[in-house]
Amino acid sequence: MNAIEVRGLRKSYGANHAVAGVDLAVGEGEVFALLGPNGAGKTTTTEILEGHRDRDGGEVAVLGVDPATAGRRWRADIGIVLQTATDAADLTVRETISQFAGYYPDPRGVDEVIDVCGLTAKAGARISSLSGGQRRRVDVALGIIGRPRLLFLDEPTTGFDPEVRRQFWDLVRSLAEEGTTILLTTHYLDEAEALADRLAVIAAGRIVAEGTPRTVGGRDRAPATVSWVDAGGPHELRTTDPVRAVTELAARGRISQLQVRQPSLEDVYLDLIGAKA
Amino acid sequence: MTTTTQGAARRAPQNRPLAPLPSTLRNGLSRGAAEIKMFFRSKEAVIFTFSFPAFVLLLLGSIFDTGETMPGGASMSQVFAASMIAYGILNTAFTSVGVGIAADREDGTLKRLRGTPITASAYFIGKIILVAVTTLAEVALLLAVGVVVFDLQLPTDPTKWLTLGWILLLSVVACTLVGIAASGLAKSGKNAATVLNLPVIALQFTSGVFVAISSLPDVMVKVAAFFPVRWMGQGFRSVFLPDSMTAGEVSGSWELPTVALVLGAWCVVGLLLCLVTFRWTERRAG
Repeated sequence: MNAIEVRGLRKSYGANHAVAGVDLAVGEGEVFALLGPNGAGKTTTTEILEGHRDRDGGEVAVLGVDPATAGRRWRADIGIVLQTATDAADLTVRETISQFAGYYPDPRGVDEVIDVCGLTAKAGARISSLSGGQRRRVDVALGIIGRPRLLFLDEPTTGFDPEVRRQFWDLVRSLAEEGTTILLTTHYLDEAEALADRLAVIAAGRIVAEGTPRTVGGRDRAPATVSWVDAGGPHELRTTDPVRAVTELAARGRISQLQVRQPSLEDVYLDLIGAKA
Repeated sequence: MTTTTQGAARRAPQNRPLAPLPSTLRNGLSRGAAEIKMFFRSKEAVIFTFSFPAFVLLLLGSIFDTGETMPGGASMSQVFAASMIAYGILNTAFTSVGVGIAADREDGTLKRLRGTPITASAYFIGKIILVAVTTLAEVALLLAVGVVVFDLQLPTDPTKWLTLGWILLLSVVACTLVGIAASGLAKSGKNAATVLNLPVIALQFTSGVFVAISSLPDVMVKVAAFFPVRWMGQGFRSVFLPDSMTAGEVSGSWELPTVALVLGAWCVVGLLLCLVTFRWTERRAG
């Protein structure tokens, strides 16, 4: 059974077709990234999968259950890291996390979660006193305290400094190691590339490409750019056979600053959403 | 159909026996403890919102305190002090609950809870515990001001305390339920206090709390009779004023059966409104 199975998902707000026929399949234990510009339908899709929003059409099964009618047992199996929340400002980090632990049948240890989220030094601090990045780690802690089989991470590292972001990636990897399925929505392509087994690009309410970070949008087959400088100045050449191009260049004699560049995930992504926007 | 190999290669989650879901009561009690902690830790709310009725009582009570007695023997400020308990309950039950839920909707509390296995009932048990604790504290504070500053007499007759008990209970339930329903009227948490204060202030004036009911226009009294505040005030006057003070009431008696009937009816109306209007999240534009 796939952890997430979506066919023909549709949702409109008035005349705006926010989600216009999305198909998606995420396997058990997979880290799947959903990429797309603001307003592409990422959040609407995710919120439907989380059970926060009704849909207009299509079939949805999350852990084998339709989120629109799912009960408490299903909610015990999922974890949600919200995009923006400023709640529980007057409770301490530990109070909030242990409060939420009590909602689940089989929670992780409160101290263990505080530790893996890097909050040990702040455990006794009121949430209102935390920095944005620390607050976000509390969100993550609340998302994983219930030992979810499926975790929704919505823009999890927005506002993180680079070091904290790396730590967070390690946390996501260790959750994936434990077998947690993760659906990640993000703006950061390096984050998707670092974490995702597979990803999909959504634009104007449709999936426009799907694959692994290496292959999505034909990235592995797209022409490479070879650039160099010789007596005549800088040159650039796009080719599907960069090895041959470099060999020929070497035979020609003195050149400098030789570079072979495969299209980055960002190049492919911008192409994909540019074509559809 | 897309399948994946990376995922399957990873360690499968352990097969644990299904632990039972925690009970609504247990979650409700822990929500209640958290609500009380959050309330008393937010100093502004305690000082400016919770103490506000006592402050009004002190000010207006002192202005009314002319030394004259009303027909029936009590002073005007004593009548006012007894009626003000109704305002105290509106403050801790209706307004605080309405504003609190609108804020929970805005700051993500409700959305976050909706994503966990907690039940809506557990959330409401938490609110009810908060209301029970703050209302008892509010009533105690108002009575303390009434007794110390305005010579309000606490009843010695146990039946009066019994009356206080049931009026308090019905008032709190009715106001809380209507407050929960009213939380949906405000489009955002920010303006909830403004929206909810209008009916509260209007009802104080028209129901004989801020101004003695005997001096109100007839139409106003008739309209106010449909709302709970008038009957709450009358009920509390019956407890804390001598029975001779029925002279100042509309019908010349305390009308306790009517008090019970109207407040009971508002409990039912409030419950229905809650069931029809409660939303987990904020209303969103298209």
